[in-house]
Amino acid sequence: MKVIVNVQLKNGVLDPQGKAVHHALGSLGFNGVNDVRIGKQILLDVAGTDAKTVKEEVTKMCEELLANTVIEDYTIELA
Amino acid sequence: MKVAVVVFPGTNCEVDTKHAYETLGQEVELVWHKEERLPQEVDLVVLPGGFSYGDYLRSAAIAKFSPIMKEVQSHAKKGGYVLGICNGFQMLLEMGLLPGAMKRNANVHFVSKYHHLKVENSTNQFLRHLTSGQIINIPIAHGEGNYFIDETGLTSLRANNQILLTYCDAQGNPQNPNGSVANIAGICNEAKNVFGLMPHPERAIEALLGSKDGRAMLEGFVA
Repeated sequence: MKVIVNVQLKNGVLDPQGKAVHHALGSLGFNGVNDVRIGKQILLDVAGTDAKTVKEEVTKMCEELLANTVIEDYTIELA
Repeated sequence: MKVAVVVFPGTNCEVDTKHAYETLGQEVELVWHKEERLPQEVDLVVLPGGFSYGDYLRSAAIAKFSPIMKEVQSHAKKGGYVLGICNGFQMLLEMGLLPGAMKRNANVHFVSKYHHLKVENSTNQFLRHLTSGQIINIPIAHGEGNYFIDETGLTSLRANNQILLTYCDAQGNPQNPNGSVANIAGICNEAKNVFGLMPHPERAIEALLGSKDGRAMLEGFVA
């Protein structure tokens, strides 16, 4: 089963990369951008087939390694 | 005193750190991260600077799972001294031995230069040879030194005198090279046996290197 994990800085935590990219877009003349937030996408191919079990397992992965929950949120999508 | 300096794939400050403590007359052993035991009767464990595991995923995200880290955890829990410098500080945050987290520098640049620091609290083993309010000058070299902690966490750091060092200019006015909350450059845990800082004291131990302000810090652990 394929799993898509998105990791993003929490709302309210300033994103320096997003800010820099936002600024660069402005320099290129893209003035209609209100905000930019940068995160990462992690694609997993897991052996399990039961959606519930896989989601529980991936949640543990996020808590223990994939995200730093002090500053990051994550979402899990089963594809 | 016996010092263990832990080496990970991608660590690059272990030799400087070893040299610094040997200059101070101490016995130093480099310990590969795959080891499961720290040297017998070790007094201080140093997690040195570098780019463990190439900073993959996040700085220090993977190093915390190395076999030796269980021993480092238990050494810290028993009250043993642990010092994390730069990448080592990031490890201590990832391991939960120190509160908060590290983000990319606010200006998104890798910052490598001498920077002035203000000693905020010297009532601990690490900074006991310095005085609160003293201004020192020590190199920084990092891309992710933008320390983050929430308001509650910051309040408790302040209440327990856990803020060790803040970034400032030569006169002691706040000056922030990386966006760090409250200009924080280094902190310790509540029990004051685990210390983490972004600046590199081991690179400032001789006048020839431009500063020997780091020497007094490292000496703090020497009996």
